[in-house]
Order: sequence, then structure tokens, then C-alpha cells
Amino acid sequence: MGNGEGSAGPGAAPALRPGPVYLAVLLIASCGLVYELVAGTLASYLLGDSVTQFSLVIGVYLSSLGLGAFLSRYVERGVARRFVEAEIAVALVGGLSAPMLFFAFSSPRWFPPVFYGVIVAIGALVGLEIPLLMRLLKGTVIFRDLVAQVLTFDYLGSLAASILFPLVLLPRLGLTRTSVLFGLLNAAVAFWSIRLFRDRVGPPGGLFARAGIVTAILLAAFVVADRLTAVAEENQYADEVVVARTTPYQRIVVTRNRAGFQLFLNGHLQFSSVDEYRYHEALVHPAFAAAPRARRVAVLGGGDGLAVREILKHPEVESVTLVDLDPAMTHLATTHPLFLALNGGSLRSPKVRVVNEDAMIWIEKEPDLFDVVLIDFPDPTSYAVGKLYTSRFYSLVKRKLDPEGVVCVQSTSPLFARRSFWIVDATLRAAGFSTRPYHIAVPSFGDWGFILASAKPVEVRPRLPEGLRALSTELLPSLFVFGPDVARIDDVPVNRLNDQVLVRTYEGEWKRFD
Amino acid sequence: MEALRLSRRDAIASLAGLPALSALAAALSACGKKDIRGLPFDGRIVGPDVARGHLLRTGDLLSRPAVRTERVGTAIVGAGISGLSAAWRFARALDTDFRVYDLEEAAGGTAISGANDVSAFPWGAHYVPVPASPNRALEAVLEEAGALIGRDASGAPEWAEEMLCREPEERLFFGYTWRPGLYPRDGASHDDLVQLARFQREMNVLAARKDSKGRRAFAIPTRLSSDDADLAALDRITMAEWMRTRGYTSPRLLWLAEYGCRDDFGTNLEGTSAWAGVHYHASRLPGEDDDEDASEFLTWPEGNGRLVALLAKSAAGRLSASSLVFDVVPAPKPGAPVRLRVLDAARNEVVAVEARHAILALPKFAAARVFAPWRAAPPAFLADMSWAPWLVANLTLAARPEEKGFPLAWDNVLHDSRSLGYVVATHQSGPEHGPTVFTYYQPFTDEAPAAARAKLLGASWEDLASAVLADLSKAHRDLPDLITRLDVVRWGHAMARPTPGFLSNSVRHLAPSGGVHFAHADSASLPLFEEAQDAGVRAAEAILAARGVRFASLAAG
Ligand SMILES: Cc1cc2nc3c(=O)[nH]c(=O)nc-3n(C[C@H](O)[C@H](O)[C@H](O)COP(=O)(O)OP(=O)(O)OC[C@H]3O[C@@H](n4cnc5c(N)ncnc54)[C@H](O)[C@@H]3O)c2cc1C
Repeated sequence: MGNGEGSAGPGAAPALRPGPVYLAVLLIASCGLVYELVAGTLASYLLGDSVTQFSLVIGVYLSSLGLGAFLSRYVERGVARRFVEAEIAVALVGGLSAPMLFFAFSSPRWFPPVFYGVIVAIGALVGLEIPLLMRLLKGTVIFRDLVAQVLTFDYLGSLAASILFPLVLLPRLGLTRTSVLFGLLNAAVAFWSIRLFRDRVGPPGGLFARAGIVTAILLAAFVVADRLTAVAEENQYADEVVVARTTPYQRIVVTRNRAGFQLFLNGHLQFSSVDEYRYHEALVHPAFAAAPRARRVAVLGGGDGLAVREILKHPEVESVTLVDLDPAMTHLATTHPLFLALNGGSLRSPKVRVVNEDAMIWIEKEPDLFDVVLIDFPDPTSYAVGKLYTSRFYSLVKRKLDPEGVVCVQSTSPLFARRSFWIVDATLRAAGFSTRPYHIAVPSFGDWGFILASAKPVEVRPRLPEGLRALSTELLPSLFVFGPDVARIDDVPVNRLNDQVLVRTYEGEWKRFD
Repeated sequence: MEALRLSRRDAIASLAGLPALSALAAALSACGKKDIRGLPFDGRIVGPDVARGHLLRTGDLLSRPAVRTERVGTAIVGAGISGLSAAWRFARALDTDFRVYDLEEAAGGTAISGANDVSAFPWGAHYVPVPASPNRALEAVLEEAGALIGRDASGAPEWAEEMLCREPEERLFFGYTWRPGLYPRDGASHDDLVQLARFQREMNVLAARKDSKGRRAFAIPTRLSSDDADLAALDRITMAEWMRTRGYTSPRLLWLAEYGCRDDFGTNLEGTSAWAGVHYHASRLPGEDDDEDASEFLTWPEGNGRLVALLAKSAAGRLSASSLVFDVVPAPKPGAPVRLRVLDAARNEVVAVEARHAILALPKFAAARVFAPWRAAPPAFLADMSWAPWLVANLTLAARPEEKGFPLAWDNVLHDSRSLGYVVATHQSGPEHGPTVFTYYQPFTDEAPAAARAKLLGASWEDLASAVLADLSKAHRDLPDLITRLDVVRWGHAMARPTPGFLSNSVRHLAPSGGVHFAHADSASLPLFEEAQDAGVRAAEAILAARGVRFASLAAG
């Protein structure tokens, strides 16, 4: 030393030991890479197309490192102090990056600036730190060794991070906790380097205070991470995201893991390819067993084509009308290889007509009558969907039903949302239907409920197509048996357009399980 | 709209004897182009023309000779809800010897509606509450409209679900986000909530109160209300004073109470009779149990335009549109005709009408210029009456705005605004996504009505559209990019204001004079469909009775 660079009092500071500084390099590098991976994962969730997102994130991050290195030349005095300050800043920005990005992505307008801002900030700060550390070590170590060592530890840190992230961090901690945890690690490095460079940082009080505040913020964020996570529905992204699309109607996300693939609409699981056959066999075939005729069939919702796949197992079916609000959904079901493999290209069958319209509006003007109507809407989590579970909607369905026809309604879980399930039953009966509720276990969902409804009393005959995996004629009658914890509740209200009790009941019931 | 608009301008221009005006009018409507006016969308001022008022005011018409004379049993002046209800009542009694005259090209008055390729939408009245007590005429009309679909075992009406306002009914933009309902419970203090509960309890008690004759304390129509002295006393103070004397000081509660007055009457707390202010809340509760929920509303995409269309069927072939009645002379002696004079604006000729009876179903400030005895000596009641100006805008949107908090409801109110927010035309039966129409309402409650009216009528389309935009931008910053059109209606005299003393104003008890009957919502001074209908139905029944027709009364009560 001797030139006084980086020291508070010229020439006063004793020489630094390089070991701890190398460790700091390693930690800083791994934190930096973790933030980058968090951002990349998040972006591929929000925007889909993970190749593009990761390329962009890496490119922007690397060039920001360069930007930081370039800027380091403008740090003339107080090198150690600047380093600690940069470290505190990385701790804050990096640690809060995942929560910030989660909140920003609710707004398509704000996400890109926040997203790139965060990456550039973290990259530039980390890029600033490494040269500063090298300058601090200059004179202690031979320059040739210095460069070799620092870069070695830098890359080792990155390696550690890139192995830990997919194997341990993401599956165990999730995105939010990972980013906050690494923020805390950066904050710890900041504290430690205040001590390490105590002879060079000048008055330490202000630095300690700042590092302390950042640590407190991050600790608080770590504690509420669960809540943040819930808000942002982060859990599902532990798996690889294959499709992510925001349509005018909803957010469609498809994830894939070793077992198969999953469809999420607005963050709610619609099916998992592992056990959807249980759900769709149960949705479709009992209605056919109860309907004396099944030539004309309508499916409301169910744009994934899986119910239609089951319907086409009945050769007497002449026409299937599928009504799904979202053209993007039916497009996916007719073109995406994963979907085609699962639904067998059902929507491409010449018997199938796809209508992309609000089912409530469609049904008021549809001239045809149907023998079987399968109602497969998402659960009533909003008033906009709740209207499709009202007595008004069911009476419109009844008008479009052949006098002998049969309806089947997916009606959420009688176990998790028992009251909600029986409200759907009461609502169908208020619309003039006779009902036969039943349920089946679908592991991805739990115990799942359906309701058969018809203008006449419903009689389910032991009639099933060949080759089903979940249903058999022996099993069929047992589905209609309800044990005590799912048994009928009698005094439930009817769900009406002007008084959507179902939406409120459903929300309350599921809250207990989340 | 375009064609109608020009024809109205043409009509008025030629009627004023100034054909050049129509060229000017065409030029004015042609400058509805985006670049000229700096707003990124199109639109114009539509609705009742200011010029028509001036025609009555100058009195020039009175000297024009009639080209011919028509004869009719009953001449109904005004095709608003009251005039059309009279026509409806006659038609039900199989009396078709009537004719309805209205200045505008279309019937409806302040309940008119419009439509474009996105949706139908209201220009004024937009809902009717489900009657809280039996009302024969109202129930009969609602049954014809398909709203009343049956009765339960106890005889209580059952309503068509799709016409009852769909949930979510209302939301409030308060503190940077939308919240459910009209009262922001988040952040309310304990005292706020205690006062709210006390207020609601008090309204429930008043709703349930019946006098010794079995009349509700606050009934709809108002004439059926109790006249107990302590209730009548409420009409001597303002709603603001009443809130003070009852110890209601919570700012959130005062806001709610004032919102009610502004919404229903176009008045603020200081300008509303406490009787009317309480009526808003207490008249709509069933008054049976301690029900916290206010009663429900019937509504349609086009608002009360649905009921206008239905009532107008009774007057089919008997409606003279674009017909300004400017002189009504009562029969000087029994047996003599009522003499009316009408300017047929389409032909620009004056027609004399001799009728056995007439119903003046037009607002009283206009009636005062038309009814000869009142022209000669202005009636005393007029001095105590005033009318609130309102602005209504219809915003056609290409897509829904981005949302924060509670989702889009039927009624969307901004807490920190003097407007009433907007109602969504597609709420009842339209899609949940894509294009829609917002109907924006703004009563001018804080200035003397005449001053506010002058400003409103002096404002240009740009002024009004910019003001609407600025107000709504608090909640929806992306609105300018979404609006494809913004049209406005300026209601100079939208509704009579129920100021203190209105309940004892003699206008509420106008007797027929020389075969001329009076019917308009402002006879009751409460601007409600039920009042207008009641006035029209009773005027028609009085005439039927005078003619010796036997009928079962449909009038409420
Ligand atoms: C913006 C607004 C919102 C409202 N919202 C509601 C609501 O939601 N629910 C509700 O119940 N009420 C509402 N109202 C009140 C509404 O005014 C009444 O419900 C009702 O429609 C009044 O009908 P009316 O027949 O008494 O009067 P008007 O509607 O005033 O009808 C009078 C008619 O007379 C015609 N006329 C006037 N002068 C002449 C003349 N010299 N010659 C010929 N014709 C003439 C006019 O053109 C008009 O058509 C609202 C009013 C306004 C302005």
C-alpha cells in the first residue's frame, strides 16, 4: 500500500489479507448470478418463451457488468467505502428483486422498465464491486496472481449459484425467498467488509446504520415471503413454463415437469396430464349413461378439448358444439403438440364446431336444442365466472335442452367447498332441474364433484364406452354416495345474478385450505 | 344519430325562419374531427336543444296564425314518462281518443336512451327500484316489461333475475383503489362504523314506521306518505341540519348521505329538505325486518328507455313528435273545449287543437310559459321551485380500462369527485370483456342552479369532454386511449330540487282547471319514475271519471 488509495487516512492502514477478500468475491458473484436466474425465470413465466428471456437477461446482465466496471474508474477516493455502499445497494435491490418483479408484472406497462432496470442496476453494481476489490488488493498481491485469483473466485461463485438454483433454491425456497435470502447474504458481506476494511472505510457509523436498515427490510420481507408468494401465485413456476400468454380474457400458463404437463388459467390449476382422465371421464360419461339419446352435444368451457376427446368415444354423437370464451385457448388445444397428444386432436374432428363467445350470450341466441350439455367452467372465483353458475344461466340452459336431455356441471370440490357444491345443486333445482350429484377422487384436485341435471328425474344406466381407465359399470353407482363430511347441506341459498352467494361462499371456503 | 341530429337542427333553423342556420349547424357538426379539437376521439353534444326554450320565452310564436284545427278527446302535452303513462292508462281503458305532443323527435323526455353498435345506453333515468310496497300501476308496467314474472304463495311479486341489477352492483374508488359497495369500510374508525350502524338502524326504523292510518312514514309515491307532524317537520330543515342534530358527524357517513341526495335529486346536503334526504333511504327499504340491504334495482342496458319504448306502444300512431305546444287555454265554461296551439316543427306550421281535456305533462317552468293563465299571472308555487342542471356523457370504449382492486360494477362511484361516476351499459347482459359504454352522470349541486346552468349551456363539447376525462382519469389513466366516442347531453333543467319546504308547496296539490290536468314528476318534486307514472295515471283516471267511464283504478295506494 503506501499510495493511500482506498484508505481514510493516507498511509495509515495496515496491509489486507487476500483470503477473506476472495471469499467476498465468491459470494458477490454467486448472489449476482442468483438474481439473474430469478429474473430470467420470472420473465419466462410472464412472457413465455424462455429461450428469448434467458438470452436477454444474460446479455443485459453481462453488459451491465461491463458498465459497472467502466464506471469504477470514476471512483477516485474512498474506494473501500464505495465498495461497501455498493454492496448495501445490491443487497437491497437484489434481495427485493423478486417481490418487485412480481408486483410489477400485474401491469404489462410497468413490467419491462422495472425488469430491465433491476437487471441493469444489479449488473452495474456487481460490475463496479469487482474492480474496486481488485484495487483494494493491489500492492498486497502480485498483479498476475491477483487477476487470476479474483476471476477464479468470481467464476466459482457463479458455478455454485447456477448449480444450487435449479436443484435446491427454486424447489425448496421458491423465487421470492431465494432472492431475499441472497439479499441477506449480500448484507452480511457488507457488514463483514465494514470490519474487514475498518481502516479504510472512514467513519463506520453511517454504513452500519444503512446496512442495518437494509437487513431489517430484508428480514421483514423474508417473514412475509409466504404472503407475497401467495399474492403472486408463485408456486406453480417451480416447474418449467412452456406456454405463458396473457389474452384479453385470462392468463394461460402451461408448465411441464417429469410427470407430465399442467394447465393454469389465472393461476388456477385446470388439469394435470397425469390424472385429467379421471376428471374428464367423470365429467362426460355419466351424462351419456343418463341420456336416452346423445346425438347433439354441447360443451360450455373446456377449450382444452379433453372433454371432447371423451365425448367422441360415443359413436352416436353427431355434432359437438364447444363454446369457450378464449380463442387463444382453443387455438392452443388445436395446434400445440402437448395438447394434441393429450386430446388426440379432438377439436379437429369434423363433428366439432368451436364457438369463441361468452357462454351466457351464446346461449341466449343459440337456436338448436341439445341432448347432452356438459358445463366445464373454471371454479366461481369471480363475479364474471359466477354468473355462469346462476339460476338464470341454468334456466337458459334448460331452454336449450331436449326435454329428455341431460346436463352435467363441474361443481368444485364437495370436500374443500362443501357449501359451494350444494349451492350449485340448489341453484340447478331452483331452475327446475332434477339433480343427481356425484364425486370422484382426482389426485391433483382432491375429491371432485359433478352434478347431473335433467328436466326429468335422472336415471343413470350402467352404460359406458369401452376402454375407460377410471370408470367402470361396477364403480359408477358408488360415485353417487356421499359420506358424512361431504353430505348434502339443505338450507343453502340459490346463486342468483343479483345475489351471487356462490362467489363469496367459495372464496371463504377455499381460504381455509390455502 | 347523425341523420336525426341534422334533421333536428334543420327543423329548428327553419322554424326560426332562418334557413341559413342549418348550414351553420351542418358546419358545426362537421368539425367533429379529431385533429381540430385536440382530443383523441370524436363526439358531440346531443339531446334537447337550447334553442327551443328561447322560442317559448320570446312569445313571438303567439302571434302566428294556425293553418288548420285538429280535434281530439285528450291532448297530452309531453311524452316523458308522465305523459306516456297517461296514454298507457287511456289505452288500457280502451280509450284511444287522445294525442301526445312532444317537442323532441323521440318520446321519453329525461328517460330517453341511445344505441350504437356496442350497446344501448341511457341518456337520463336508468333504473327503477323494486317496489317496496304494492303499487298496481307500476307492477302492471313491469309485468308487461317481463320484469315481474309471477307471484309466490303470499302474492309477493317474483322478479326476472336478468333484470335485477347484477352483482357486483356498486363500487367506490377511494384512496387509489376500487372497493366494494359505496361505503369504504377499510380505514374507517370505530366511531365511523358505529355512526353508520346507527344511521342504518334509524333508517330501518323510519322505513318500518306506519301512522295511525296505516301509511308508511316515507312512501313511494310520496303522496301516500304519513303527514304526522314530526315527519312533516323534517321538511323545514336541510338534510345537513338533520345530520347535525342527530349527531352524525362521521365524514364517511356525511359523504354517503350527500351522495344519496346528489344521486337522486341533484342537490347537496345543504340544499336538500331533510324529508327528501331521509326519504331516499327509508322509502326503499321493505320496512319489515331489520334488513341491512337496501332493496334491489331493476335495470336494462338502455336504462328506463326500456320502459319508454313499452309505454310508447300505447301511443303508437297517436304521437306527434317535433311538436312544440306553446299555448294552452283552459275551457272557459263546462262543455267548451280546451284550446291548444302547436308548432309542427317539421312543416313549420302552427296547428290549433281543440280538446275536451288536456294533460300538461311537461315541467312546470315550461308549463308556466305555455298555460295561458300562468303566462298572465305567474303562479305562486313557481317562486319556490328550482331545477338542477345535469351533465350526462356516454363514453364508448374499445376495451375495458385496466383495473385496480374490486372489479367493474354496474355503478362505479368516485369518492373524491363531484360527479356520480358512471354506470356500465353492458353490465346486465353484455360480455365481460371488450368494448362497452360508460354512462357518466354529473349533477351541478354546489352553485346556484341558474349560474351552473349558464355555465353548462355555455360550455363547448371540448370543455365538457375534457372535464369528464379529467374527472375519470383519477381512477382510469388509460381512458383516453380507450375512448372511441364521447357524446354529451346537457340537461339544463334536469329535475326539480326538493329544497326545504317543497313538501308544502302548492304545486303538489294542483287542481285541474278548465279541463286542464297537471302531471309531471315535478308535481311531487321528487324526480322518480314512480312519481311521473303516478301523476300520469291519476290525471288519465280523473279524465276517465269525468267522462263517466267505469274502470278499476290502477293508481297506487
Ligand atoms: C340525468 C337524469 C337521471 C335520472 N335518473 C333517474 C333514475 O335512474 N330513475 C328514476 O326513476 N328517475 C330518474 N330521473 C328522473 C326522471 O326525470 C323521471 O324518472 C321521469 O322520467 C320524469 O318524467 P316526466 O314525464 O315527469 O318528465 P320529463 O321527462 O321531463 O318529460 C317531459 C316531456 O315534455 C316535453 N316538453 C317540454 N316542453 C314541451 C312543450 N312546450 N311542448 C311539447 N313537449 C314539451 C319534453 O320534451 C319531455 O319529453 C333522472 C333524470 C335525469 C335528468
